[in-house]
Amino acid sequence: MITARLTVNGEQREVAFRPSATLLFVLREKLGLTGAKPGCLNGDCGACTVNVNGTAMKSCLMLAVEGLNQTILTIEGLKDSPVQHAFIEHFAFQCGYCTPGFIMNINSLLKKYPEADDYTIKEFLSSNICRCTGYQEIEKAVKSLLKMNREDRAGLQQDV
Amino acid sequence: MQTYDFDYYLPKTVEEGIRLFQQLEGEGKSPVYYSGGTEIITLGRLNLVETNAVIDIKTISECKELTVRNNRLIVGSALSLTAVEERNLFPLLSKAASGVADHTARNKITVGGNICGQIFYREAVLPFLLADSDAVIAGKNGLRKAPVHQVFNRKLMLQKGEFLVQLHTDQRYLTMPYVCVKRRQQWDTGYPLITLAVLKTKTEIRLAVSGLCSFPFRAFEMEKAIGQGGPLPDRVQEALRHVPQPVLDDVEGSSGYRMFVLEHMLEDLISRLEGNHP
Repeated sequence: MITARLTVNGEQREVAFRPSATLLFVLREKLGLTGAKPGCLNGDCGACTVNVNGTAMKSCLMLAVEGLNQTILTIEGLKDSPVQHAFIEHFAFQCGYCTPGFIMNINSLLKKYPEADDYTIKEFLSSNICRCTGYQEIEKAVKSLLKMNREDRAGLQQDV
Repeated sequence: MQTYDFDYYLPKTVEEGIRLFQQLEGEGKSPVYYSGGTEIITLGRLNLVETNAVIDIKTISECKELTVRNNRLIVGSALSLTAVEERNLFPLLSKAASGVADHTARNKITVGGNICGQIFYREAVLPFLLADSDAVIAGKNGLRKAPVHQVFNRKLMLQKGEFLVQLHTDQRYLTMPYVCVKRRQQWDTGYPLITLAVLKTKTEIRLAVSGLCSFPFRAFEMEKAIGQGGPLPDRVQEALRHVPQPVLDDVEGSSGYRMFVLEHMLEDLISRLEGNHP
């Protein structure tokens, strides 16, 4: 067992875990952060996606020990965020199981590529699977956020 | 969750990594090197990989190097595929890497992990095979550098306790015309039916293939056939006679279908590079 501090959603959390434990397992079973969902557990579905230092990571493909000294963000750390509001406005979910993974991936996309083109959006979104097939609505939510960012930037320039 | 336990080690230097391997083995353990770790985690869950000690090489600085020095591109083995794609110093490598798994998975999958993996597609090796790159391998006698053709025969032929540190590629190859296409059975995500990478040097067309057989390969004999004079369809037919056997025959596609797809890919991609494409 390792006892170490993980930085999750801006908090230092002391936790004991086996070196072979995945980050997904530790988040859910040791820290009670059940927003990252277990799906395929094989890196295919993206339901367990979190952000590590701002980069989207499938937490089933990562050992918790690899998260030491990294900044981990889960869906619980994005409460009331613009991405969540965009998902609600555009009905970008049905059963909701895949939603945290999509939102975390999109959060990373918006940070890395604030002016993402269609190709980049597709590249990112193809990492997540929605069994309800709500892809069009999800894409609309992403594009609404990119548009909002563009308008915000244009507004800022005018103010200057 | 893994079904078994292992210890985790994070060496800071190549020497420490090698020493750890020898020490752990001396203690009766069965250590494995770990980079992105995606295959160790996913196959481990299915009991297809078993180890009681992993040695994570991703904090070894040489394994994270990505630079051009002395007219050679240096690609560290522990770089993620997306890191290589984003820097885009070797566009053919970026293109081949971008076909592996999906974007988020590629944030974790590394160049070395893909090349050394059990999953036999190993598409990241194709550009290095085409560019006659060198592999830098660490072992108990230090670092050794060898032509990739010498150390990669169907898979990377590592001795026990060795790990891949870097790949070095002559800068001239970075800007040569290329095409790299991954054909899948359906959609844009999934295992390949065939990945074909084609590089045009000043004197020849070079071919490297993944997904056709149970190993990736540089198709030297096929290249010779393509390099002969005559109409392209005839040269392609001759090249097809030199495909290594057996051709895969599995759920992704029958061997006959794979050969059909390969024939059309060869005609299409070579035609593009020879400048005869509409």
